[in-house]
Amino acid sequence: MIQLQNIEKVYRTSTVETLALNSINLEIAKGEFLSIMGPSGCGKSTLLNIIGLLDAPSKGNIKIDDQKTEHLSDKQLAAFRNKKLGFIFQSYHLINDLQVLDNVELPLLYRTSTAKERKMLASEALEKVGLANRVKHFPNQLSGGQKQRVAIARAIVGRPEIILADEPTGNLDSAMGSEILDILLQLNQRDGTTIVMVTHDENMAHKTHRLVRLFDGSQVQ
Amino acid sequence: MLKNYFKIAIAVLRRRKFFTFISLFGISFTLTILLVLTAFIDKVVGDNYPDRKRDRSLYITRMQQEGKGNSNSGALSFYFLDHYTKGLKTPVKIAISSGANGTNTYVNNKKIAIRYKYTNAAYWDILEYDFFEGKAFGKKEVDDAEKVAVISEDTKNEYFGDVPSVVGKFIEADNVKYRVIGVVKNVPITSYLTYSDIYLPYTVSKDDYKNKDYGGGFTGILLAPSKADVQKMHDEYEQMVKRVPMSNKMFDHIYSHADAYIAAYVDTGNEKQSGVALVLTIISVFVFLFMLLPTLNLVNINITRIMERSSEIGVRKAFGASSKTLVYQFIVENIILTLLGGLIGLILSVIAIYFINSLNLIANLELSINFMVLFVGLLICLFFGLLSGVYPAWRMSKLNVVTALKAQ
Repeated sequence: MIQLQNIEKVYRTSTVETLALNSINLEIAKGEFLSIMGPSGCGKSTLLNIIGLLDAPSKGNIKIDDQKTEHLSDKQLAAFRNKKLGFIFQSYHLINDLQVLDNVELPLLYRTSTAKERKMLASEALEKVGLANRVKHFPNQLSGGQKQRVAIARAIVGRPEIILADEPTGNLDSAMGSEILDILLQLNQRDGTTIVMVTHDENMAHKTHRLVRLFDGSQVQ
Repeated sequence: MLKNYFKIAIAVLRRRKFFTFISLFGISFTLTILLVLTAFIDKVVGDNYPDRKRDRSLYITRMQQEGKGNSNSGALSFYFLDHYTKGLKTPVKIAISSGANGTNTYVNNKKIAIRYKYTNAAYWDILEYDFFEGKAFGKKEVDDAEKVAVISEDTKNEYFGDVPSVVGKFIEADNVKYRVIGVVKNVPITSYLTYSDIYLPYTVSKDDYKNKDYGGGFTGILLAPSKADVQKMHDEYEQMVKRVPMSNKMFDHIYSHADAYIAAYVDTGNEKQSGVALVLTIISVFVFLFMLLPTLNLVNINITRIMERSSEIGVRKAFGASSKTLVYQFIVENIILTLLGGLIGLILSVIAIYFINSLNLIANLELSINFMVLFVGLLICLFFGLLSGVYPAWRMSKLNVVTALKAQ
C-alpha cells in the first residue's frame, strides 16, 4: 500500500546541513498496523510527515496505492490527503474556536458533501470514539483523552484507508493512552484501516503488527 | 462551507477583542468620514434646487484677462454679461446675478448677519425657486428700480419671527428698506451661485452696474431652448468671447467659458488648469491616503492574527485544504469583518449626519444618506476587505504544513 524507496531528508541552513533521514526503504501492506520507534530527534516524525505527504523528501520516491506522489501539485496533494489519509497528532491540533462536531466535520468541508451528510458522518465518527454526547462542547471543555478521541473522530470521518498517528498517546496518562490505542487497534481490525504510529511506548509498539526502529535518521530494525 | 467560515470568523473576532476593536474602529471611522464626505459631495453636486433646468443651462462664473505681465481673474461685470450675451442667438433667457454680499441688519436691537444678492428679472424665469408666499420681481420692478425683495424662509423667521405672512412688510438691509414681495425655500450655501438670504433687483445696487469694465461681481446662466442646443450655445459663447474687444490696453487675451454646472462650480479661473481635474485629483488623493492608512493597519493586524492561527492552517492543509481554498477562507473572513465595520460605519454616519443637520453647521445644507452613498460605502468596504485580506491570506497559505503545525 505504501512504498518508500531510498528516502532521504536533509535540512539545510546557511551554516549547517543536517541529515534527518538516510536511505529509508519501507513497504507497508494494506491493513497493517506499523509502529515507528526511536530516540528523540531520530527522524520519526519527519518520516511520518513524508509518508503523509506533509513534507517532501530531499531524495527518493513514495508510492501510495501504486501512485507516485512526487509530481503532484498543491491542489492534487490536498485532494489526495483528503481522500486517502487521516492524521492524529500528539497535541491534538483541534480548532479551539469550533465545537467538537465542527472540528470533526473539517475534512468533509474539502470534498463535495451536503451539510446534512457532514453532520451525519461526523456524528457517526464521534459515536465510534464514544463521544456522541459531547458534540456541542468546545475543545477547551474536554480532557486530554477526550480531545484525542475527537482528533481520532476527525481522522476517520472521511473514511481514509491510512491513518498516520504521531505519538497519539504522548500527552496522556497510561490509562487514557491504552484507551486510545484500543480505539486504533479496533479501527485496524474492524475496518482494515492501515495505521502508521510513531510512539515512545515500547508496550504499545508491541501490540502492533510490526515495529520499525530509527536511529540518527537510519532504519535499524 | 460558508457557514463554517462565518462561525470561525465570529469566533476569531470574539477571541481577540482588542484587535477586533482596532480593526473595526479603523474601518468604521474611515467609512464614516468617507460617507459623510460622499453625502456632502452628493448633495452639492446632485441637488438641483433651484436650478432644475441644469441640463439645458450653461454657467458663466469667471473671466480671465491676460496681458504681458498682467493677469486678472474673477467674476464678471454686469455690463459684460448683459451687453455681450444679449447678442447671442441660442439662449432663450439669460440670468444675471451677483454673488451674495454680507451685511448686518438689526431687529429689536438684535444683530442679524444676512447676505443679499442682485439679480435681473430673467433670473426668476430660469431658476425655479419654491415660493411659500408672494412672487418674484419682474421686468417692470427691475426697470423701475423698485426697492422690493424676495427673502428666504430662514430670513423671514429670523427677521419677522413666527408670523403667517410677511409680503408687503419691509426689511432693512445695508441701511435701505425693501418691501418684501416673496418668500422662498432656503438654498444651501454650497450652491453658491443661487444662495442668498435676500434677492434684490440689480438696478437698486449702489454699485455702478453700468461700469464698462469686464471684471466685476456677477455670474450668468444661459438657458438653451433644449438639451440638444447646449453645445451650440456653448460654441456661440466661445466665439463671442474671441471677438470681444479688449477692455484695457494691459490685456491681449480674454478667456471666459459657459460651462456645465460641475465645471463651472469648480472653475479655478486659471486657463491652464481645469477645475474639474483639480477637484478630482484632490478628492482622489484624499480618499486614497485616507484609505491607505487603515488598510495598511489592517494588513498588519491580519498578518499577526493569521500567523496566530498557524496550527489551524496546518490542520486544514493536512486534511485536504489547498492553498487556494485557504486564501478563499481568509478573504471571506476578512470580508465579514469589513462588512461588520461597514455596518458600524453606516450607523455612525447616520448619527454624524443627523448631528451635522440638526446643528446646522453648514447653512441650509440638509445631508442625507442615500442609495448612492450606501453603494459607495459597500464598495469601499469590499475594497478594504480584499486589499487587507489578500496579501496576508496568500502569505499564510504558502506556509509549510509541518512548520505551521509546529508553530503552536
